Amino acid sequence: MTYRIHVPSDTTAKSLGADRIARTVEQLAKEQGVDLEIRRNGTRALYWLEPLIEVDTAEGRYGFGPVKESDLDSLFAAEFWKGAVEHPLALGLVEEIPYLKRQERLTFARAGVTDPLSLEDYKAHDGYKGLENALALSPQVIVDMVKESGLRGRGGAAFPTGIKWQTVLNAPADQKYIVCNADEGDSGTFADRLVMECDPFMLIEGMTIAGLAVGATQGYIYLRSEYPLAQKNLNAAIETAYANNLLGENIQGSGRHFDLEVRLGAGAYICGEETSLLESLEGKRGLVRAKPPLPAIVGLFGKPTVVNNVLSLAAVPFILDQGAKAYADCGMGRSRGTLPFQLAGNVKQGGLVELAFGPSLRELMFEFGGGTRNGRALRAVQVGGPLGAYLPESQWDTPLDYEEFAKVGAVLGHGGVVMFDDTVDMGEQARFSMEFCVAESCGKCTPCRIGSTRGVEVIDRIRAGENVEANLELLSDLCETMVDGSLCAMGGMTPFPVQSAMKHFGEDFVKNASNAPALAEEV
Amino acid sequence: MTMPGSAAWEPTAAQAIIDQLKSKPGALLPILHAIQDRFSYIPEEAVALIASALKLTRAEVHGVISFYHHFRTHQPGRHVVEICRAEACQAQGARALEAHAKAALGVDYHQTTADRTVTLEPVYCLGNCACGPSVRVGDDIHARVDAQAFDELVESLKTERVEVR
Ligand SMILES: Cc1cc2nc3c(=O)[nH]c(=O)nc-3n(C[C@H](O)[C@H](O)[C@H](O)COP(=O)(O)O)c2cc1C
Ligand code: SF4
Ligand code: FES
Repeated sequence: MTYRIHVPSDTTAKSLGADRIARTVEQLAKEQGVDLEIRRNGTRALYWLEPLIEVDTAEGRYGFGPVKESDLDSLFAAEFWKGAVEHPLALGLVEEIPYLKRQERLTFARAGVTDPLSLEDYKAHDGYKGLENALALSPQVIVDMVKESGLRGRGGAAFPTGIKWQTVLNAPADQKYIVCNADEGDSGTFADRLVMECDPFMLIEGMTIAGLAVGATQGYIYLRSEYPLAQKNLNAAIETAYANNLLGENIQGSGRHFDLEVRLGAGAYICGEETSLLESLEGKRGLVRAKPPLPAIVGLFGKPTVVNNVLSLAAVPFILDQGAKAYADCGMGRSRGTLPFQLAGNVKQGGLVELAFGPSLRELMFEFGGGTRNGRALRAVQVGGPLGAYLPESQWDTPLDYEEFAKVGAVLGHGGVVMFDDTVDMGEQARFSMEFCVAESCGKCTPCRIGSTRGVEVIDRIRAGENVEANLELLSDLCETMVDGSLCAMGGMTPFPVQSAMKHFGEDFVKNASNAPALAEEV
Repeated sequence: MTMPGSAAWEPTAAQAIIDQLKSKPGALLPILHAIQDRFSYIPEEAVALIASALKLTRAEVHGVISFYHHFRTHQPGRHVVEICRAEACQAQGARALEAHAKAALGVDYHQTTADRTVTLEPVYCLGNCACGPSVRVGDDIHARVDAQAFDELVESLKTERVEVR
């Protein structure tokens, strides 16, 4: 009899040796005459368990992980392909693992379950039902459904997606575009990557529906060059979609048309900002454009353009399939639906945690994350990428909700949660925020370009113990100038991590204050 | 396997790449990528060809190249090793790894070892943030790279058979 097993194939599983494991399993099976069918799934993104081998059984999938090559002999001895066997790495039924079971995986329902590049698998798991519905609906009805779902942009700014689409639908033009922002530059985030590597058809379907909704016939996925596997999987899936009349002319006989192409970024964080991204797609330097006009009116090549994050577009097939209400029923307040959080940094159980809005940051970090990887005390948490604030323990009970986070001067952004233990030097972290802005500023406005350079210098002086009080005040003023005077959130939000570090971890800045005289003499 | 991006400069090959892509809307970035993928950097000769194909000045093409960290105008070593410097990796020891890598290789960022095996580059996040520190070589990402794992990685790059073309 043939036994079927699954070995993950996303970037992180591969970085932990999943390809080698798959090869060795295949070889051992051949040597031992075991009839194993090895499929490559995406990943469940329970990363501390990767590489996680799953085994199909009548009761469901049994898991074994994290598997090292040196474990394979004992796994074969235990006949792991039978599923419910005794082995130190046996995890039981994968879907019963609390970390996974307690999630609400709407967007990530298929991740790790299906073969990312199998259209049959995708369709067998509710894929393309949303498009099928959409093809029978008028553009306005589709836009209304997205509005009613309460979906807000997942790229950071949380702008209502339906309203953006309405603006583009209303704009008369001979050509409109759907642009997917797959620049995912925020440290601590990998949910977009997971969509593209593990379930690329979902993004293609979401973009196609967006095209129908606003009357756009051309889509671009602007993908960061740091994601080679996502590029490969997207291109393969797009090719399959074309071959199956799910892209291109006369989609499924509907008379509707949508083309899609992947374009690569080139290592510039600022190109995640939507207008910089559009400049880059046009083949230029990624200089931020002044708004208005909004990209929804004057976007790519001057035409009305929807720019949405991967996760925003990936949520659309579910909404069109299950209905706006099914999505809106999750969440709290004005934050509807789910947000795929990403636990990263010094965390014991890192990975993807898709949850309806509402639980506290503490629950996320401890009940899911299990605290720090090295067991030291957790001290600071940066949520929402390099422009997000650092939160001290007194703020960890804040509910995961856009408005609640705003109240404490923080952001949820794209859902990245980066945990630091008590060895972190928050003065050094603040310096890095400024340094990052120096490296990544588009250079268009002075507060951002010059301000960040000054910021690094001032923090260096403070950390060296020079005129600490005066320099701290200077740093505060500088932060305010950047917040008030920057054209976009790069310069406008870089002060968030810096100010939060000063406010909540001020002692780290003045550690060397007593050295001041000695240092002053040296100079 | 042939290492991508190691081909010697060939004007006709470059022109063919440019001709194939130049009619795409916003063709400049796709062309720059294709040239760098083929030749491992963007030679000055290519800039001239690109400028004339897209009816841009050479200064304009240079302006775009210099805006993006990914593009380079000098030949790198046989392998480009990118170390993630971003926060989630910092929280897992990336600063110590950076310091070790620079000392072990005897180079700073953007520099190439004397034996031309490795060019060291910084990168801001590889999307592998739950299992850092992360390092990229070619299309391979490596997880949980400490000093020892880094040395082993570099050793494997050094001893890898050199392609003779
Ligand atoms: C400096 C900067 C970087 C950004 N990076 C990204 C990014 O990598 N991905 C993304 O989707 N949005 C990013 N954004 C937000 C985009 O400008 C824009 O709000 C988003 O793509 C809109 O899509 P959404 O409404 O679906 O979120 C960034 C914004 C700024 C200011
Ligand atoms: S704030 Fe910075 S990144 Fe944004 S437009 Fe100004 S210079 Fe460019
Ligand atoms: S921060 Fe290093 S891989 Fe994301």
